[in-house]
Amino acid sequence: MIEQKPKQRVTLTLNGRKVTGDAEPRLLLTDFIRHTLGATGTHVGCEHGVCGCCTVIIDGVAARSCLAFAVQMDGATIETVESLADEDGRMNALQEAFRRHHALQCGFCTSGILMSFTDFLRRNPEPSRDEVVDVLCGHLCRCTGYANIVDAVMDVVEAHAPPQRDIGAV
Amino acid sequence: MKPRSFEYLRPASVDEAVEALARYGDDARILAGGQSLIPMLNFRLLEPLALVDIRHIADLSHIRLDGDMLEVGAAVTQNRLLSWPDLARHVPLLAIAMPWVGHFQTRNRGTVCGSIAHADPSSEIPLSLAMLGGEVVLQSPRGRRVLKADEFQTGMLSTAREADEMIVAVRFPTGSGKAAFREVARRHGDYAIVAVGAVSLSPSEILVGIGGAADRPVVRRYASNGGDLMSEIEALAWELETYEDLHASQRMRRDLVRRLAPAVISELRS
Ligand code: FES
Ligand code: FES
Repeated sequence: MIEQKPKQRVTLTLNGRKVTGDAEPRLLLTDFIRHTLGATGTHVGCEHGVCGCCTVIIDGVAARSCLAFAVQMDGATIETVESLADEDGRMNALQEAFRRHHALQCGFCTSGILMSFTDFLRRNPEPSRDEVVDVLCGHLCRCTGYANIVDAVMDVVEAHAPPQRDIGAV
Repeated sequence: MKPRSFEYLRPASVDEAVEALARYGDDARILAGGQSLIPMLNFRLLEPLALVDIRHIADLSHIRLDGDMLEVGAAVTQNRLLSWPDLARHVPLLAIAMPWVGHFQTRNRGTVCGSIAHADPSSEIPLSLAMLGGEVVLQSPRGRRVLKADEFQTGMLSTAREADEMIVAVRFPTGSGKAAFREVARRHGDYAIVAVGAVSLSPSEILVGIGGAADRPVVRRYASNGGDLMSEIEALAWELETYEDLHASQRMRRDLVRRLAPAVISELRS
């Protein structure tokens, strides 16, 4: 027997824009972002917090969107991979570095990894290589072998380039 | 994997939260960071009728020194405590054990008290609390009570919390000595298979804590300069009950204790 709970109205700021949708309490934030709001850059791998594909920035900190419910997000500010490139589709420094270093192959894991490092580099603009590896431990990538991802992030760190376009969200 | 339907409650105060718990009894769960709870909901290992979200309750977000205790409120995330500038000075064990808790991304949402409530036998925060002899502050409509760590955690994923009680804070004794900590997991940040911590209590005494080798943390005191400390550790490793799961056999857990504990103790002495 499938018992549905009434939907609740959720209004949040997604990539600088105020958006609204209705969600049953059990709806995961991943599904809300992808299916209700239609921002499909955020990917879903495991749905239990292991792979990191679904990582987005919630109120300024990177977190797994499969481990949060949409109804918890009323009033929240969320940033997803769609916020990184500018309006003309020009990639930011971190994305460019991923391209240059071949830090992705299929790209399934990439949007989550980009959001983890967007948060991390804002708070720690000059991390060591070990610290970068530590953050990357929260992600699974089945293609790259990780080394190129670390190289790409370190490239941004060394260039002292601001890792993201400031969308004024945090 | 999607969770079963539940009622979502977002109380404005602890009083309202515990009233909701009293109403639903065992059918309600507290939702704070959700980093242990939501995987269990997604797998439908748990099917509560109601989730009581306490993240927004203002008087649960404190990190405060209170006498010789550090009190951490139930809404404080692991990364917030980890970046509290005085942590290493007041509770050195937590400062070195907490980077092992989950991943950067889960520590951003996961709470300190949530980890205590979940009571995984290999978890770093319950192990630290047990080693330091900390306290858990529980509140229900009947009032407040404070339990010692070893009274609170009663077994694998089980605690002395009553159905209408919630953890409002946890207290770590301050002023303990130098600490060392290591663990082994399949991937850094995943649940530890075995975790070992050591704290020096005085020049002649150390405390050794082991997670993942019994249904709850094991804590022992040893004379630190006694020549047979390592043989006592070896004996302890064989004495421990241990358990088998997907990640390791009982024998592997024993061997991890035998290798990790001496390494942690020599790190403490260095
Ligand atoms: S889909 Fe969220 S961590 Fe894998
Ligand atoms: S690029 Fe394919 S999984 Fe990472």
